[in-house]
Parts: sequence; C-alpha cells; structure tokens
Amino acid sequence: MKKSYQSLEVNLTNNMKQVIHRKLSNNILRIGLIFLLAFSTSMSAQDGDAAKGKSLFNANCASCHKLDKKMTGPALRNVEARLSETEGLDREWLYKWIKNSAGMVKSGDAYANKIYKEYNGTAMTAFPQFSNGDIDNILAYTAEVKKAPTEIATKAGATTSEGSDNSSNTLILGALALLFAILAVALVLVNKTLRRFAQEKGIDVAKETGKKSLWQAFAQNQFLILVTAVFLLLSSGYFVYGYLMQVGVNQGYEPVQPIHYSHRIHAGDNGIDCKYCHSSARVSKHSGIPSLNVCMNCHKSIYEVAESTATEEYSKEFYDGEIKKLYDAVGWDDANQKYTGVAKPVKWVRIHNLPDFAYFNHSQHVSVAGIECQTCHGPVEEMEIMYQHAPLTMGWCINCHRETNVKVKDNAYYTKIHEQLSKKYGVDQLTAAQMGGLECGKCHY
Amino acid sequence: MSSNKKYWKSVEELKEDSSIVEALKQNEFVTEIPTEEFLGDKDTLEGSSTTRRDFLKYVGFSTAAASLAACEGPVIKSIPYVVQPDRIIPGVANYYATTIADGFDFVNVLVKTREGRPIKIENNKLAKALGNANARVNASVLGLYDSKRVKGPKKGGAPISWSQFDAEVNKELSNLASNGKTIVLLTQTYASPSTTKLISEFKAKYGNVNHVQYDAVSQSAALDAYQAMYGERGLANYDLSKASTIVSVGADFLGDWQGGGFDSGYSKGRIPNHGKMSRHIQFESNMSLAGANADKRVPLTPSQQRIALARLYSFIVGGSVSGNLPKNIEEAVRNAASELKRAGSKGVVLTGIQDVNAQTVALKINEALSSKVFDKTSPIKTRQGSDKVISALVSDMKSGKVGGIIMSGVNPAYTLPNASEFVEALKKVDLSVTFSMKEDETALASKYLAAAPHNLESWGDVELTKGHFGLMQPTIRPLFDTRQFQEALLKWNGNDISLNDYIKVVWNENILNGGSFNKALHDGVFVSNTTSISETVIGSIDEEEDIQGVAASGNPAIALAASGANTKGMELTLYTKVGMGDGQQANNPWLQEFPDPITRTSWDNYLLVSKADAKNLKLVNENEATGALNGSYAKVTANGKTITVPVIIQPGQAKGSVALALGYGRKAGVKDEMKVGVNAYPLYNNFNNVQSVSVTAAAGMHEFACVQLQNTLMGRGDIIVETTLEVFNTKNKQVWNPMPMVSLNHEETPVTSPDVDLWDEFDRSIGHHFNLSIDLNACTGCGACVIACHAENNVPVVGKEEIRRSRDMHWLRIDRYYSSEDTFAQDDAKKDGFSGLSGDNGSLGGFGELEDPADNPQVAFQPVMCQHCNHAPCETVCPVAATAHGRQGQNHMAYNRCVGTRYCANNCPYKVRRFNWFLYNENDEFDYYMNDDLGRMVINPDVTVRSRGVMEKCSMCIQMTQKTILDAKRDGRVIKDGEFQTACSSACSNGAMLFGDINDNDSKVGKLLKDDRMYHLLESVGTKPNVQYHTKVRNIKA
Repeated sequence: MKKSYQSLEVNLTNNMKQVIHRKLSNNILRIGLIFLLAFSTSMSAQDGDAAKGKSLFNANCASCHKLDKKMTGPALRNVEARLSETEGLDREWLYKWIKNSAGMVKSGDAYANKIYKEYNGTAMTAFPQFSNGDIDNILAYTAEVKKAPTEIATKAGATTSEGSDNSSNTLILGALALLFAILAVALVLVNKTLRRFAQEKGIDVAKETGKKSLWQAFAQNQFLILVTAVFLLLSSGYFVYGYLMQVGVNQGYEPVQPIHYSHRIHAGDNGIDCKYCHSSARVSKHSGIPSLNVCMNCHKSIYEVAESTATEEYSKEFYDGEIKKLYDAVGWDDANQKYTGVAKPVKWVRIHNLPDFAYFNHSQHVSVAGIECQTCHGPVEEMEIMYQHAPLTMGWCINCHRETNVKVKDNAYYTKIHEQLSKKYGVDQLTAAQMGGLECGKCHY
Repeated sequence: MSSNKKYWKSVEELKEDSSIVEALKQNEFVTEIPTEEFLGDKDTLEGSSTTRRDFLKYVGFSTAAASLAACEGPVIKSIPYVVQPDRIIPGVANYYATTIADGFDFVNVLVKTREGRPIKIENNKLAKALGNANARVNASVLGLYDSKRVKGPKKGGAPISWSQFDAEVNKELSNLASNGKTIVLLTQTYASPSTTKLISEFKAKYGNVNHVQYDAVSQSAALDAYQAMYGERGLANYDLSKASTIVSVGADFLGDWQGGGFDSGYSKGRIPNHGKMSRHIQFESNMSLAGANADKRVPLTPSQQRIALARLYSFIVGGSVSGNLPKNIEEAVRNAASELKRAGSKGVVLTGIQDVNAQTVALKINEALSSKVFDKTSPIKTRQGSDKVISALVSDMKSGKVGGIIMSGVNPAYTLPNASEFVEALKKVDLSVTFSMKEDETALASKYLAAAPHNLESWGDVELTKGHFGLMQPTIRPLFDTRQFQEALLKWNGNDISLNDYIKVVWNENILNGGSFNKALHDGVFVSNTTSISETVIGSIDEEEDIQGVAASGNPAIALAASGANTKGMELTLYTKVGMGDGQQANNPWLQEFPDPITRTSWDNYLLVSKADAKNLKLVNENEATGALNGSYAKVTANGKTITVPVIIQPGQAKGSVALALGYGRKAGVKDEMKVGVNAYPLYNNFNNVQSVSVTAAAGMHEFACVQLQNTLMGRGDIIVETTLEVFNTKNKQVWNPMPMVSLNHEETPVTSPDVDLWDEFDRSIGHHFNLSIDLNACTGCGACVIACHAENNVPVVGKEEIRRSRDMHWLRIDRYYSSEDTFAQDDAKKDGFSGLSGDNGSLGGFGELEDPADNPQVAFQPVMCQHCNHAPCETVCPVAATAHGRQGQNHMAYNRCVGTRYCANNCPYKVRRFNWFLYNENDEFDYYMNDDLGRMVINPDVTVRSRGVMEKCSMCIQMTQKTILDAKRDGRVIKDGEFQTACSSACSNGAMLFGDINDNDSKVGKLLKDDRMYHLLESVGTKPNVQYHTKVRNIKA
C-alpha cells in the first residue's frame, strides 16, 4: 500500500508541475477518489503486505497469471472476494489450492476440477514453499484497486508541456524580431532626422557620385575575379563531390516499420541479448529477422507494457497497440489465449542493405571474431526506432579490417597461420588485413 | 614426344588453304567490331534524322537522368517466417538425400536447399550403385522451376479440380472394371518396390489390369538376353574398375549404355598405377564418348559390328561363323580376342547392339572368360520395358480391347516410332489419363491431364540394382496443385494412408530387415541382402511377357553373324546425347546450351556423316568468317518415313554409316527457344537403334551453334601433353613431359626458373594455396562438371544465336582435340616400314590410312577453366584493378569494379574469360530461366548475378572455399584434406578433378603437384597456373 501511495504522490507532484490549473483540479478530485477507494478496499482485505505480495506475485505467479487478464491461468484481481462471492470458498481453500493444486484436483474438489478442466487440464504449479503469510501478502496485492486514470493525466501532461515548450521558443524569437525591427526603424528615423538637420543648416551632404559602385570595382579587378572564380569552382567541386559520395550511402536511414518495435525497450531496458532474437547471426551470413514465434515466446505473457516504459513521446496505449499488431500478425487470440491460425507475415522494411555484389557474413564477425553487434550497428539499446548507424561503405569496412586484430586465441584453425604470419610481419597481433581481409575476392564474388 | 603432334579441333583446320582458319588464327577475338558495317552504310547514315549533336544530347540527358534516378534507394522489404521451421536457418544450406528416377536416369543424389528451395544436385558419397549424377541429373533441378509446368489437373485442356477429376475418373474406372474391359497402366520403369505393390493392389481391385513398362530408348534385347540366361529381368552389371582389358562393340558405356553409370569405375582403371592401366578397345560406327576415350578405336558399320562380335565369340569361345570383314578390322578383332584371352578373368566384352543374339554372345564371352568384371549378383533393374508388349499394346488399343489407359512418366505420343498411330488409337480408348509435369504430346492427346510433381517434390523408392535401394523424398513442398501417380493409385485402391507411410510400411515389411527407416531416409541408400522380395513382386507383373527368339543353347554367334551379312544401303545409328538423353528435359536451357562433348555443338541434333560419305553425297560443312558453323541439310529416309536434318561431318564416323541423336524436335510443352532439332523417333522402327536408310542432300544450309572452331589453338600445339604407356613406363619424364626451356645467356633454362621470370615471386607458403588437379586419363568428357558449374555459379544461358557469335558464357569448357596417328614421327616410321604394295604393311592401304586424319582420329578431352595463374596476364592489364590475385591462389574478379574494357580477355592465353554482352537476367530477349520468378528460384544466393558489361570467369568456387574456411574457424579446428571442394571437383565422380590446398602436406593435390605426369597449360608462357593437368597416357600397343 505504501508503495502505491508513493507513486501516486510522485504523479501528483508531476502533475502539479505540468498541468494547467483546471486539469489539475480535476485530477485532484479524481486522485482523492482513488485514495478513498484504495483505502476502503485495503480495509476489507485483512492484513497482509501488498508490497511484499507484489514482489512475490511477480516472482512466482506472473508467468501464468495477470491481475486483470486471463492468461495461462485466470485473472486474479480480487480473486478472494470473487471466490467467496460466487463459489463460497474461503481463504483456507486458497491456501490448499496454491500449495498443492494437483492434490485438490485428485481429491475430487468440485471447483478445483472445474477450473482444471476450464484451462484444458493444465495443472497449476504447486507452491508448498509458501507460508500462509506469503499467500496473505499475495492476496493483499490482488485485492488492490486498479489505478487507471493516472496515465491519462501523464499523457495529457506530456502533450501540454510539449506545447508550452514550443510556444516559449517562438515567443523569444518573436520578441527578438520585434526588437530588431524597432532598432532598424530607429536607425532610419535617426538618419532621416540628421539629414533634415543638415538641410536646415545648409550643409551639403557629399554625394558619392564620382565613385564607382562596389560591384563595378569588383568587376574591373581581374585578380579578385580570378580568386573568386577559383574559390567558387573549388567550393562547388567540394559540394558536388560531397553530394555524389553520399549517393547510395544510407547512414541514418530510419524507415517507418509496420510495427513500432523499440530496441530501447527490448535490448536496453530489458537487456535481452541481441542473439536471442537474431540467433542466426551466430551461424549464418544473415543475422535474420526473428520469426514471429520468437516474439511470442515472451509476448504470450507480456500483453502490455509497464507504465514506466511509456515515454513522453510514446504512451503506454501506443505500445500496447503495437503488441496488438503483433498478435494480429501472428494470429494470437489474446482473450482466449490461443492461436487462430490466421497469420499475416510482417513486412519489415530492411534497413541495412548491402549491394548484391558485396558478401558479408554475420557469423564470421559475431562468432569467429567475437565482435559486439554495437560495433557496426551503433547503440541499438538506445534506439527507439532502429536506424542505420554505420555508413556501410567499403572504406568503412576496410578501415575496420585494418585496425582490428584477429581473435586467434583458442582457435585451432588459426594456430598455424598465426604463427607463420606473425613471424613474417614481426608482430604479435595480426590485423584482419594482414590475414588477407583486404583481398577483393573475399567479399566480392 | 608431344610437341610435334598435330592437334586439330575441326575438319576445317585440316584443309590446307582454309582462309578462315588462317584468319581465325590471327584474330584473338572472332567477332570484329562492326565499324565497317556501321559506318560504311552511307545511305542509312545520311537518311538518319539523328544528327551527331542530337545523339550527344540524348546521351547527355539519359546519363543525367540515369544518375539522378540512381540517387533514390529502393525500399526493400524483409519478410520473416511467422513460425520458422527449426531446421531452416536463413543463409545456411540443408542437404537431403534423395533419388532421381525419371525413367532414363536413376541415381542416388544429395539435394542442396537454401531457404527451402532446392538449388543444386550433389553426389551422394554413400551411393554404391549406378555411379553418380551425370550432366542431365545435375540439370534436373532446373526442371523443378520450369515455367511450362502444369499447375493443376486438366480435362481437355481446361483446368478442373482434383475432386472433379477423382469423381469422374473413379466412375469411369469402376465402369471399366464392371464391364471387364482392360485397364492399362503404361508407365516408365519405376523399379520401385512400393509402386510394384501398389500396382498389384490396383490389379486386385480392378481385375483386368495390364501394367506395361515402357522405356523410350529400349534396352529390351539386353533384358531378354539376360532373362533367358539368368532367369531374371535385368541388365548385366559391370564393375569396370576391375577390368584390365575392355572390348566394346558398339556400346557407349561412358554415355547412356544400359542407363549409364559405368564411368567412375572405368576411370579408376585408367589412371596408370605401378605402370599398369586398363586397355580399352572400341568397335563402333559413330564417335561416342567411349570411343573417344578408347586406346584403340576401330570404326566399322553396325552390320560389321555384328560380324565382329560373332568373330570375337568364335575366337574366344570357339566355333566358326560366316561373314566377311575388311582386313584391318579382322586383324583388330583377332588382336582384341587374344588380348582378352590374355586378360582372362580381368577381361570383359560389352556390346550395345540391340539384338538378343548379340547380347547373348557378349554374356557368353564374359562367361567363357569367367570375367570378374561382370557382376552377376546385382543386375541393373532400371530398365524393364519390352518392345513386344508395347507393340501389342498399340494394336490392342486400335482394336478397341483397351478400355482405359493411365500413363505416367512416359510420352509415347512423342517417343514411339508410330506416335501418330498411337494418338489415333488413344482416341478409341474410353478413359485416358496422363500424369505429366507438362502439357506434352501425350498429355494433349489424352482426356485427362493429371498434373504430376517433379522428382524433387515426390516420395518414392527405387531398386537401382538388385539389393541396392534408394529412397526418394520431397525436398520442397509441391509448388503447384499436383498429385503423384502413386498417390493416385493409393486413392484408387481406396487406401487412406499417405504415400510416405505406405513406403515406410513396404520397407519395414520387405526391405529393411529390422533396419531403421529414418536412417535409410537420411542416407538415401540402403543395401539389403534379402533380394527375393522385389523379385517375386516384379515377377508377378511381368508374368505375361514371354521371351522368344533367344537361342539359349547352341551358338548364337552364327545367327548374329548372319544378321550382319545382309544389310544394304547406309546404316543409321540412333543414339542419345549426354546432354539430352531421351528428350524429357528438352525444356531445360542448361542442357540445350550444353555443348556435346564430341561435336561441341549445342542447341541441335544433326546427322553425323563421315568425311568420305559427305563428299560422295555432296554434303558440306562450312565455317563463316566468325568461326560459326553451317551445315547442309540431308534427307534421311527409312521405311518410307523421311526427315530432313542438318549434317555435321564427324571425324571417325565409319564410312557407310550415319548417326542421329534422339530426344530433339520436341514441340509440345516446351518454350519456343527450346523447339530445336529434329525428332528422330519416327525412324526408331521396331525400337532398333540401327536402321537401314537412304541419305540424299537437301537444299539449304543450317546454322549451328558450335563452339568447335571458336578460340583456335593459335598454333600452340603443346596445349595438351600425352604419351603412350610404353614410353611412360620406360622413358624419363623429360622425354614425354618436357619442361619448356628458354635461353638465358645462351643457356637453356626452364621457364619456371625465377631467373627468366618477368614477375617477382610472392611468398605463397602461408595459409591455404588452392590447386585444382585435372587428370586427363580419368576425364571421360562427360560434362557433369559443366552443368554443376552452371548451377553453382549462376552462369547465364545466352541462346543459340549468341553461342554462334562465340559469346558462350560457360566458365568451364571441355575442349576436345583430335589428333591423327600418335605423332608425326610415327607417321614417318610407318611410311618407312612399308614393304610391297598390298598386305598389312603394304603402301596401298598404308598411304590410304595416312591420307586422311579425319578417318579415325584420336580424341583428347581437356577441361579448361580459369587457370588462376600466379603470374596472371589478365591482372596486369586491367586499368581499374578489377581483377586481382588473392594469397590463396585464386584470381579474383570484382564485378562491381569492372568497366568492361575486355583487356583481360585479350591478354588471357587460355581464353577463359567471358564478357556479359547483354543483361541476361530479367530480359525478355533472353527468355530462359533467369527471366521468370520461378526459374530464378534456382539461383545460388551466395554468388552475384552479373550484369551487362562486365567480365566474368571461373572463381575457383571461392564461395565454397570461403565457406569451408569459415565453418572450420567457427568450430575452431584444422581443415582436413578433401574438405575443400569446387562445384566441378565435387561433381566429378571419376576422380578426374581433385581440389585442395597444396600448403597442406597431407593433401592429394600437393602430392599430385610433384607427380611426373603433372604439367601446366602452356607452361612456356610462364603464367604459373594453379590448375594442374596430368599427362594423358594412352595404352597403345606398338
């Protein structure tokens, strides 16, 4: 209870900072309501520490149960109340069930058998290690009230804060522009006044009639023309060269994908190893885009993101919607927890495109050389949207081959050639280039 | 020894004053740049509205537009599996063992698949029966992606559903069964235990069922002879690796004789080992692959072959036979007989004469020799057809006795000599169903076309030779809505079991003897010692056949000799080419473009005529200034049927005989480009491959796509090194395989010496250094490597017109060289040895022999691909450094760097570089497999598909060597010898091509490099190639 209270407080302060007054008052009302509700339900759940219960729940139950959603097992929000209301079962029954569900089924308990059948004969893991206190804690956690509205506030706050940020910029710029305009007008006015003074005093302001204009002077100075021409030619050459050299180089290419897949969440926040999904990078030339069944290894149970995953730019609803797109593609009926059999393959937009005449093998670099994926793909764990980090030009490849040492340790293949080559070049460590990694035919065939 | 021998590639070269040959010798490239043609045409130039200024404007605009268009990168989609099969990893190949059994070729193979697509056929090293994949089997993977395949069942040309098909055919079948009318199953030879069982179940259900097996190219006589002698219907099997003397009378046993597969055994015996190698004497009329490899080849007409075989019998077994032979042939037969007697049990006689007596004679000679080469325990089962049954079938159909006919794996409307009669008779049959992949001639004539899957999409089993089984499994999910003949049988038999389960049951019950089915499926092969099962099952089918005309006792040679005596007119031999076979793969552009090993002509069949006969008949071959070959047409008439065919004058063709290949002239179910050649089946009367014909010249000239005179020897006769066994055994290497010398400070220095080298030597002792070794003694010229190279390296097909312009793209060609008598020195010796006018040493006959080298030339095959010179002339002239050398010995070619100057091809002494004159993929002008999505599925994803304007050449399969290295690196292990392979070396089952790392002290190629027989192509040029050749040693008796 304590923890949730804290988070509410944080929300509250956040809201205070960002939300304009009317909304804030609304929210305060709402939050007050939640407070009341939360306290009232927590009263009804006898004792038990919901915070401890939450950690126990996440460690032991969450792989099969959610609070508000049917998964491998039933949704558990207010399970105790529900059971006592509909089935007339008490907490003692729950103790027995959690500690040894299979035994309950065997003993012929009516509800135990009913639920066993409802979930296609999937027996619930027995938890004999739980004390009654532990179970009390978990039940306390399940009895908590769902806290829906806060996120909306966050979202609203996010949008408004963005708006104010933009407007302040324009404001400053506008003020500056105004200032300059005033200055310019003042200058003109001063000039006008001075002239009038001069006229009145009879002073003849010398007109620069005899002098040539700057342009004419320039046109007649051949040296200047030469210098300018050379400068123009060189600079245009520079820019044309620069333009041509970037043709076909798609560094920074960040296409919109059919499903907004965030590497930041998967590889960054959750620290999933790259090769868990891109497993063929270990053995194949292709790193491989994971097939959808790999996604479903986790997303069968992860049907929504945590609130803390949402950013200012992308809300929780947005991410949950993207998971829905995955379910749609793979044909997973989330409500009934089964595959419909209607699948639509996802047409990802390929980001890293090597031309056909260049051969690149992931396993050579990942498995043999042990190079981190980030070396070429950049800080993927920070990328919300995947983009091409490296230029993928031949110069870039070759440069790395020149600088990188071959990992020869504990590889019997390299023993002989390393010994001979290091003697030949008089070095301890051989670069990929010295090993023959610059030869045309190694990548072009 | 070798240097003074004269080699020639075409009869044109033998003409003393051939201006074309002279001109070609001077031109490195046969095609001139057509400036004269273009600028000389004043009218067109003046008439053109495009001025030079306009032209430049267009060029400028289009260049600018093209470069602007190139700035925008395309959006490329990547679509992963929804559920990825756990054995498929994108980018990693899977291999499946299966069996190719298309009725003509039967062989155990491995199929390489990438991302679920079969892309290449490899040899199955576990296969012990019937050799390895030949050119056609290698090419068969392309047949899977044939755009002419039917996509579903059809009735009268209109698509129907399988349920409709089932309903209608089932009804008809039960009607026929209740009426008691005959149902005929006309199939290819399946040699399949499970199919046999299925058919017997079908018979049991429908009663009056007649199963007729039909081989388009008949082996009926050999089968009958074998059955009469040994009581089992099969073909005699020979293990030629055990032979020391091989005498063949008209048997092209390195080609398609008895289904082929004898070449690897043959090659084993051909490599000189401790001074010994097998001796091969060939009596034949047209130059076959076997004849081209023979130590002694005797050209004689087919009727003379009969007498010669009979004479051979009388010399070895005894008895006397009638018939006359020319003196030199008689002498040759006598010599062959005495050699056979000396060889004893290591001698063997093979014959290809389609006559029961001839086949019996050969079997009896082998029995008399008690030949160990003759393997009586495992006869070949892959041909079962009987000529009589087929002939009876057509008359039964005509008389209306046949109520229904179901055909599978056959195309009688094309392959039968009386095809039109068959088509007429088919109309009288109530129910006609054809299982076919194409809308071929037979499918068009039948009521129902049941779309059949390709071999690589099918389940099946084959008994290749007795006791040697192969399993067939699908390597891809069926591409179209197809059904196998066997699946249909299951359905008709009312059996709900799937075909693979059915096969599993049959195997577990009859073949495996408790062995594991999964292991057999994994291996693709299974050797069973319980040989009785299939025999009884197959025997039950063939019970209606009776064998007649076989003189099982008595002397069959007398009848044989008599049959050879009364022949008049020109004798035509109908043969099959290694590139086409019986014609079922006519829509395969790889095979169409495959140059025949002997004639070096692609995209055609032709009448082979001897030079003397051509002169008499006024038939000519002419070469155009580009080297392209034109030939006159001839009318060939047999039994009242006349066909007009183009003529090629074939050196070594026996006078009085002509030859024509079957399998061409297909019209239905093939692309327009592939409708080439002339159908020779109408002349195949009584399924006899020898016909008495009359040949007359016809008007017009035919344009051939012949690579024969293209790329001439340029006067470099030392390109091939050969010697005789006697010299090889007795003389020093310097005599028969001399190192070319150059003069340095008036001292003779070997060209390989660094002192005379233009280049500095690099240190190549570190890491891998690849060498390819080619043994000319083991190479039979079969061409499996050529097709394997096509498949592995995405070599485009350019079509007949382009081949004619010398623009063939084969990375690997097999040069065929003719030479007359062994050396000029021998010619001289022969001349000096004349005594008197007539007789064996008489000058009358003798000068005649000397007179025309085209009468009976010796043949040498030499596969040539990029030699990967350590001092490569091509590398030094490339202005953009597109071709460069790797440390591992490979000459690299960076296509993206090439600007197409063609300097490299100009400077290459071996003429192995190929220029992409056009864009050969996705181009309607080249409507071969690379022009449709289906055909492109065969492309190897590891090799770049080249574009227009770049040079390409053999890469020594660098994608394969790199993969081997990477696999070893990933496993952290040392690479063993034999792991490195190229497409050609792994396709070569004859051991002629070996690939490996010469820096590996244990490697075979490293040892071969030091072999006395080793030489490099044009050593004198000093290019230091990484391809070794091994001197051809001929076992010629003085």
